[in-house]
Amino acid sequence: MDQTLKDHLVAFLLRQGDNTLVLGHRTSEWCGTAPALEEDIALANTALDLIGQTQLWLGYAAEVEGTGRTANDLAFRRDAYDFKNLLMLEVPNEDFGRTILRQFFFDAFQVPWLDALQGSTDERVAGIAAKSLKEALYHLDRSSETVIALGDGTEVSNSRMQAALDYLWPYTGEMFADDATDAAMSGAGIAPLPSTLHTGWRGKVAEVMTSATLTTPDSTFSHKGGRTGTRHTEHLGHMLATMQVLQRSHPGAAW
Amino acid sequence: MYAQMIKSEATEDDPEKLAAFQARIDAGEKIEPKDWMPEGYRKTLIRQIGQHAHSEIVGQLPEGNWITRAPTLERKANLLAKVQDEAGHGLYLYCAAETLGVSRDDLTEQLLSGRMKYSSIFNYPTLTWADMGAVGWLVDGAAIMNQVPLQRTSYGPYARAMVRICKEESFHQRQGFHIMMAMVNGTPEQKRMAQDALNRFWYPALMMFGPSDKDSVHSAQSMKWRIKMNTNDELRQKFVDETAPQAAYLGLTIPDEALTLNEDTGHYDFTQPDWSEFHDVLADNGPCNVERMSARQKAWDDGAWVRDAMVAHAEKKRARKVAAE
Repeated sequence: MDQTLKDHLVAFLLRQGDNTLVLGHRTSEWCGTAPALEEDIALANTALDLIGQTQLWLGYAAEVEGTGRTANDLAFRRDAYDFKNLLMLEVPNEDFGRTILRQFFFDAFQVPWLDALQGSTDERVAGIAAKSLKEALYHLDRSSETVIALGDGTEVSNSRMQAALDYLWPYTGEMFADDATDAAMSGAGIAPLPSTLHTGWRGKVAEVMTSATLTTPDSTFSHKGGRTGTRHTEHLGHMLATMQVLQRSHPGAAW
Repeated sequence: MYAQMIKSEATEDDPEKLAAFQARIDAGEKIEPKDWMPEGYRKTLIRQIGQHAHSEIVGQLPEGNWITRAPTLERKANLLAKVQDEAGHGLYLYCAAETLGVSRDDLTEQLLSGRMKYSSIFNYPTLTWADMGAVGWLVDGAAIMNQVPLQRTSYGPYARAMVRICKEESFHQRQGFHIMMAMVNGTPEQKRMAQDALNRFWYPALMMFGPSDKDSVHSAQSMKWRIKMNTNDELRQKFVDETAPQAAYLGLTIPDEALTLNEDTGHYDFTQPDWSEFHDVLADNGPCNVERMSARQKAWDDGAWVRDAMVAHAEKKRARKVAAE
């Protein structure tokens, strides 16, 4: 593999692992404070799945990088501008409505994405995708059902979900914004172009929003800068300050 | 333990029925939800199981405090799994309590209004990562002492819940010990954190068993009913006997100069905790009582719109189904 393709592969793997790490971290912030005991368990379970997937993606990223860094080095010793996650996943939880709607938007992307990655020419990518897909399918079932219930539930819940939708919508477009890394992955048969999943995603979202009696904004504007690392939100730095505190305060210590 | 200072309820039932009930317990039979039981047995169990369930739920908070700061992906995953187990234990226990005729919402309301308690231990703060080790090693370790015998308790649903819980608790205890091992084999700062955690958690862990109850009429009644299997002092001694060699193995010093193996008894002699501190914690004056309860209250209040919406959606779905038929 030539160096340029290898660099793109590392960037691609970091995108996968940073997405699951950052969303897993946000989800884990709910520990002990969810609206009901069942939700506490489900959120912890989702966070656990996402952190498990992170170990696989970042572990492989570290191997391909080949500089001796580990998955933990990548998670706990990089600065914000080296993170390649979607902006949507780093914004604060705000409330249960935004948390679950964000999960749904992500799951509705991940399911067809991981399904396609199972056919990757890179066997490791295909293997991680196959394992992650089983979890993503369950997450999508749960997040879509919950979004429908909360949209349809009461006037209060409907207006909260609509507010979450209006807030998150401008962050969704970034999932489908192809760049040179995506072109390189597509060219090598490692991953499809994310833009090819846009129509299917819009269809799934429309179906769930209709059942949830929520109105998707007309705007096609989209914030960008997360998956390239060029301009994260202000929130990521605070998340990393919390997440990385022990590794940063005690460099080289084993835990 | 996770259930502390449970007063047994006086019972005013037909003496013949009471005698038959006691005979079943003495014969080692399990009491099931539909069986006749004295009102005092039912009420005492509700209080005990409810307090245990609340302890699992409130007990998520001191560990949740470190999930977002766990130092590696493995530790983060382990801690998440542990806290998820605790929520699951809460769920089994609330279900066991429901078989006695009290709803989960009712028990939650009693917790939030202060009419029901949770274990004193969860009113202590978790200040460093080593506290995740100390909580697993000492707090789960102390909980196991009580919960293992409760697998044989007389009330069927409680005994069965305890079987599942014990399997997971012993795993948590090992996980905590493993964190402590890493800390004591680490940098001087990590060793200091480990010793500091032991210093802060030792006496609160001893308090988990509750004050001596060898002369308590409530404990005597509960033991007769086999919903309490050992005295508090027996369990505390067993805990000290098992933990002291573990601390020595870790190279940590238990903060008790009087702790020594008594050659005559084969047990460790040790200093009792400061029981006035225990009573302060029970009177809502522990270091974290206010924070713990306000966190639970906030979660309950913030989640009300979600719970209401779930119920409303389920009703609408049912109505739509009926209309379609």
